Amino acid sequence: MRNRFDAELAQLNVELIKMGSLCELAITDAMSGLLEDKDELLKLVKETDNEIDEKEREIENMCFKLMLQQQPVARDMRTISAALKMITDMERIGDQASDIAEIAEYIEGDDSKHHTHLKSMAESSAAMVRAAIKSFVDKDLDLAYKVMKDDDIVDGHFEEMRKDLIELIRGEETSPELCVDLLMIAKYCERIGDHAVNIAEWVEFSITGVHLSEELRDPI
Amino acid sequence: MIERNVMDKFTINDLNLYYGDFHALKSVNLHLPAKEITAFIGPSGCGKSTLLKTLNRMNDLVEGCKITGQVMLDGGDIYAPKTDVNLLRRNVGMVFQKPNPFPMSIFDNVAYGPRTHGIRSKLELEEIVEKSLRDAAIWDELKDRLKKSALGLSGGQQQRLCIARALAVDPEVLLMDEATSALDPISTSKIEDLVLELKEKYTIIMVTHNMQQALRISDNTAFFLLGEVIEYDKTDKLFSVPSNKKTEDYITGRFG
Repeated sequence: MRNRFDAELAQLNVELIKMGSLCELAITDAMSGLLEDKDELLKLVKETDNEIDEKEREIENMCFKLMLQQQPVARDMRTISAALKMITDMERIGDQASDIAEIAEYIEGDDSKHHTHLKSMAESSAAMVRAAIKSFVDKDLDLAYKVMKDDDIVDGHFEEMRKDLIELIRGEETSPELCVDLLMIAKYCERIGDHAVNIAEWVEFSITGVHLSEELRDPI
Repeated sequence: MIERNVMDKFTINDLNLYYGDFHALKSVNLHLPAKEITAFIGPSGCGKSTLLKTLNRMNDLVEGCKITGQVMLDGGDIYAPKTDVNLLRRNVGMVFQKPNPFPMSIFDNVAYGPRTHGIRSKLELEEIVEKSLRDAAIWDELKDRLKKSALGLSGGQQQRLCIARALAVDPEVLLMDEATSALDPISTSKIEDLVLELKEKYTIIMVTHNMQQALRISDNTAFFLLGEVIEYDKTDKLFSVPSNKKTEDYITGRFG
């Protein structure tokens, strides 16, 4: 029963995975472009961001059509409404990757000391986005909780980087403009982690029907 | 979970109903709050209409029907030997799936019940007819044609006339058995609006196959399957996070 509806929900998952992959690509291209000084990658980020925007509209239309035609209730309603909320976060992730690429294009000077932090932040936040989408598709609550917890790692890197940059500004060895640009890039990475957490929270809602407070969640 | 309350209109305790050898209702326990709308949902043959009919003893008319357990209305067992069934059916009115106006004038349709209960005064009957038609949100449409045959009305108007006829004997409970399933969307919407208004004065229990209708207008929903109540809860809860997998499978259309 409802084979067609189930097939359409499966297609919704496929499109979400595609959008998630585009987000990952935008993050890694922006960061590789910055760290390896590859301008061609930075230009690609803008295109990927446009694709993410288009994908958001496409998935939005799919969800509206499913709601109209299938009048979903219970878990189906939660799945579709969670998907609608998740794509808003994914669209913002695309914007933030694009913002990183924009700064990276004009940034001058280089301090390899920060590369480790920035690279780790980018890798962790991209992995969080991938895991958040996977937890939705697989209905894996434990994985969603892991994403929420992994945000601490990204936040930790951000704090380290912030302290380092404050020191650098104090020491007057590096241009304050560069330090502020690097801080903004780090902040965008940190926000990407937050969006991945938002996605994981919607996964939790789609599975359990509630948004639990942090204390009530099962420890991983 | 719906808490039991002293204000519950109906309390059903361990109700079993048999049609001959067929066990149609199995150990049903339910409490239906006063002045709220409760919907019964479930696949065909699950016992929801049967339970509805036990609430004003319409099943007494079915040969071979045997009932055990209790159905308490305002604390009194309606299956107790001393129960006045006519009075019960006056208190617990019923509207059916297909509108069934009597082949007489609109006025006489509504006045039929009060007349059988002994009201003869023309003035009093006129007052009852007007009030009932107003309560059924159809007075403005019919006030100039009260002497015309009820059979000339549209399906939606006939159904609201039947609701007016049920209200004319001043009931406390209104049972509705798929009362909008034969109506177009506009008439359905009018009846739904009406039911929402009526719950201020009446307790309403409805059987419906229309999930969206149960969601739109009921406060509580009971899901039936094979004669058993599988889940009974606040409608919002039951349709968003059902507790039982069978309920979830049924309301999402994957079973039943």
